[in-house]
Order: sequence, then C-alpha cells, then structure tokens
Amino acid sequence: MAILEIVNLTKNFGAFVAVRGVTLQIEEFATHAIIGPNGAGKTTLFNLISGLASPTTGEVWYRQQRLARLQPHEIVRAGMARSFQRVNVFSRRTAFENVQVALIASAGINYNFLRNAGSLFREEALELLRLVRCEDEALRRASELAYGKQKQLELAVALAAKPKLLLLDEPTAGMSIAETKSTIGLIKDVVADRGLTLLFTEHDMNVVFEIASAISVLHHGEIIASGAPEDVRKNDDVRRVYLGQD
Amino acid sequence: MTSRPQLIFLLAVFAVLAVVPFLGARYPVELATQVMIFSLFALSLNVLAGQTGNLSFGHAAFLSIGGYACAYFLTRLGWPLAVSMAGAVIMSAAAALIIGALCVRLNAIYFSMLTLAFSMLVWAVATKWRSITGGDDGFVGVDVPIYLTNPYSFFWFTLAVCALSVVALWILSASAMGHALVAIRENPTRASFLGMNVKRMRLAAFVIAGAFAGLAGCLLAMYVRGMYPQTAFWTQSGQVIIMVLLGGIHSFIGPIIGAAVLYLLEVITEQYTEYWSFVMGLILLAIVMAFPEGLVGIFSKLRAPRRS
Ligand SMILES: Nc1ncnc2c1ncn2[C@@H]1O[C@H](COP(=O)(O)OP(=O)(O)OP(=O)(O)O)[C@@H](O)[C@H]1O
Ligand SMILES: [Mg+2]
Repeated sequence: MAILEIVNLTKNFGAFVAVRGVTLQIEEFATHAIIGPNGAGKTTLFNLISGLASPTTGEVWYRQQRLARLQPHEIVRAGMARSFQRVNVFSRRTAFENVQVALIASAGINYNFLRNAGSLFREEALELLRLVRCEDEALRRASELAYGKQKQLELAVALAAKPKLLLLDEPTAGMSIAETKSTIGLIKDVVADRGLTLLFTEHDMNVVFEIASAISVLHHGEIIASGAPEDVRKNDDVRRVYLGQD
Repeated sequence: MTSRPQLIFLLAVFAVLAVVPFLGARYPVELATQVMIFSLFALSLNVLAGQTGNLSFGHAAFLSIGGYACAYFLTRLGWPLAVSMAGAVIMSAAAALIIGALCVRLNAIYFSMLTLAFSMLVWAVATKWRSITGGDDGFVGVDVPIYLTNPYSFFWFTLAVCALSVVALWILSASAMGHALVAIRENPTRASFLGMNVKRMRLAAFVIAGAFAGLAGCLLAMYVRGMYPQTAFWTQSGQVIIMVLLGGIHSFIGPIIGAAVLYLLEVITEQYTEYWSFVMGLILLAIVMAFPEGLVGIFSKLRAPRRS
C-alpha cells in the first residue's frame, strides 16, 4: 500500500518550472531514493511534500489525508518528518538542547508552562545522540560541531519527531567517507527497527544502491524513470542523462 | 534564559529591596516602587522580545490598557482591588489576543511596525474617549484602597506583586514552553518542522506579555493616582525596548537590571541637565555598537572571559 501519493505535482518559480507534473507512489516501508543531477528539483519536491512550499498545481496524499495547503507542523503531526540538505538546526543551542526541544514538541507539551524543561527527556535525548554518534558533543553548541556531526544532529532532530515517514535530503552530503559509511548503517538500522518509510535524495550512488528499495530519477523537474534499483540502473535514459555512461 | 547565578541575583535583589523601607527615608521607597513597576513592564516585554524573538514596538499599549482599566474599575465602578486588577489584566490579555492574532502573521520589521501601529491606535483612543479615559487631560484621581495610600504599604504591595510575577515568569522561562519559545526565536522554520504551531506559540507569548504589562499598568495607575495618554505613546514603547536591550535581551534578569539602571540614570541625569534624551541616545549607541548582550553580557564576559 502506498503511504504517500504524489499526483501531477508542479512547481513554477516565475517562468521556470522546477518540478513538472511529478506523479509518484511511495510504498509503505520502502526506502525510496530520489536521484538526479544538481538542480533537478529534488529539494523542491521535498519542500512541496513537507509543506515548506506550496505547489503550483497537483496534490500530495499521505495515507488518506490530503496534504495540500497544510502547514508544516500539521504535516509533522500527521507522521512525517524531514531533514534538510543544508544543516538547519538550532545552531546556538547545544546538541542536547536541539534534540530535547524536538522531543518536547513531539510529545506535544510545548504549551506546558509549568513543567521545568531542564531534566525533560534527558535519557531519550542522550539515546538519540548516542544513536547518531554525537554523545560526546552533547553539551557543545551545534554551530561548533564539525559539519558531518551537524548533519548527524540534523538526523537526530528529525528522528525525535517520531515519524512514520522520514524525508532525508542528502543525509550524508559533506560527510567524510567514514562518517558516510556509519551514517548509512545507522539509517538502515533505524528504518528497519522503527518500521519507517524512507524517502531520501542522495548524490552518492554507492549509498543509493546500498539502501534503496526503489529509485526514481528526476531530471529537469520530471521523473524519467522509476522502479527497482536494478531496473533503473539498466534504464538507457538514466544512463545517458544521469550516470553519464554510454 | 534562566540559570543559577541569575536566581541568586534575584534573591539578592529582593533581599535588598526588603531593606529599603527601613532606611528611614521616604524617597528611596518611592523610587524603588517606580523601578519595580518598570522592571515588571520590561520583564513582560522580554517574554516576547527576548524569549520568542518578536520585538514589539507597541508594548506600552498593554501597559496603558491595564492602567486605564484598573483606574476605571476602582474609581468609576467601585470594584474591590483584587477584582479591578484581575479585570484589568484580563482586558490587557484580551486586547493582546486580538492585536497579537493580527501581528503574529507578520515577521521581523513588519511585525514590529504593526505593533507600533496598533499602539498608536490605542493612544488615539486614550486621547479621544473622554468618558472613559479622561481624554487629553488623562484619568485624574484613582481611588486607591485606603490601606494602600501610604507609600510604605504601597511599596510592600508592589514588591509582593512583582515577586509573584517574577516567580511566574521564571517558571515559564524555564518550562517546556519557555524552551520551545527559544527554539522559535532561534529558528522558526525548524521549529515548525518539529511539529510546533509557530504562529500560535507566538500568539501565546504575545498574550502573556500583554497580561503582565497590564499588571504593571495597574500598579502604575495606582502609584501615580492617575493614567495619561503619554503612557500609550510610542516613546514609552521605545523606552522599554531600551531597558530590555540595556540589561540584556537573552537573559531573564536583563530587563530588571536595564529598567533599574535606565530609570535611575534618568532621575539622576535630570537633576543636572535637561538633556536626558541625549544621554539616552548615547546609552543606546553604546549597546548597539559595543554591547549587544547588554549589561548582563558584560558581566558574563568578565566572569568567563574565554567563553563567548
Ligand atoms: N525559491 C526558488 N526560486 C527560484 N528558483 C528556485 C527556487 N528554489 C529552487 N529553485 C531552482 O529550482 C531548481 C531546482 O532546485 P532544487 O534545489 O530543487 O534542486 P536539487 O535537485 O535539490 O539540486 P541539488 O542536487 O543541488 O540539491 C534549481 O534550478 C533552482 O535554482
Ligand atoms: Mg537539493
């Protein structure tokens, strides 16, 4: 069953069409990769799905719920969380505080003005930081962390929202080879352990073929191929426009 | 926003205040009362400006709504003190709910300008609605309960109200909501992707700030025994912003320190020169150019010179 249905989604920026008539189904429990060259429209597509931008035309359905015109927080509450390609955390707060406030929001107690926050979700926050291998950096400001660590923190913050559908926009961009490797391992584990559906973009083909159960290729805002990894790998169009072979 | 050194500082401040009536002079008692009222006003603004990151240029609107309402309830309707104050705070909060609902749709400078515009409307109403506010002449003569007419007893009353308010705002600041508000200040987009309704949270902060400003207004109306349109004028909103910035916008105690220092400086300066605005300009210049974290920022730099 599809957890996410994207129907004829289009986004114009003035005369420029960044996403053009994208129709796509994401199966529940899939690890679905969106690949495509720079500027293909991957991030724009994520922004449309997650409510950061509103589509020019088209619809997005999450389970039986129509997402068009919903605010980001309503979409998050429905069970979808995302990370950002460019690190987007609370840079002046510590890594711990970043995850802690995400857990506060996720528990829906962000209007509670009596409960002291100091010790809230301490264990859970540290657990998440341990998961993304940032436990040693827990008390350091996010902005002081190495870039790779910031990306890992970004992931922890997204996970703290306890999503069913997780959107990761280039989760390993800017990471060292070692960090990339460990992050992929951890994403794989988390997705399996928590029974998540994963929709992600990635430039590193090794990463894509290691974790994707389905791949869609975006080119100039259009889906030119979609399916199982082996099929997409063999697709001639894809080889021509993206993999740069033949 | 909150921390242990700040808590100790607050306890020390209240200890010092408790000694003031025993100095044997009336003037320090009156001065301390005024400083406390403006500290509470500045503290209320900081819920919105410091904690949530929405700089209101029209916060005096709620100070004056609270003041006029309390004056009216006590004097014209003859309501008891507690009812009058509660009614005035509710009026301020209700006004903040309506004005805030429109303002929180906008960001940054547009938010600030809209709050300024609404405060000018409130000021205009205060100058024209003679039957309620007394118009240009102001609301002259407030029936303060007999047991508060003595400056000493009014000092203790103000101290009690301010202490309770500080406790309440401290709890808020350190709460789950307080932390969520800071997250909204730091990165509203990310906060919304944690599942927070950013606009509604901002509105909640706006209403809380308006309610406590209204409470400060009650104290002001009773202390002055009157209420005047200047209290709603934009210069009053500007002054409280300077108080908050001078003390330090990212700390809990900053607004208290800023209000005390600015108010006392004004009193002292005016004894020697009529150029208070000039001095205030210099202070503002110094904050903006050199001390963006205000006086609290200077202290914490001195305490821990290597940390930023
Ligand atoms: N807000 C915007 N206004 C105008 N053009 C935009 C806007 N956002 C994106 N674009 C354009 O839309 C196109 C798609 O951008 P997008 O960021 O979605 O690509 P991408 O596939 O994520 O690329 P990358 O791999 O570099 O992250 C680009 O040409 C970009 O310049
Ligand atoms: Mg992108």
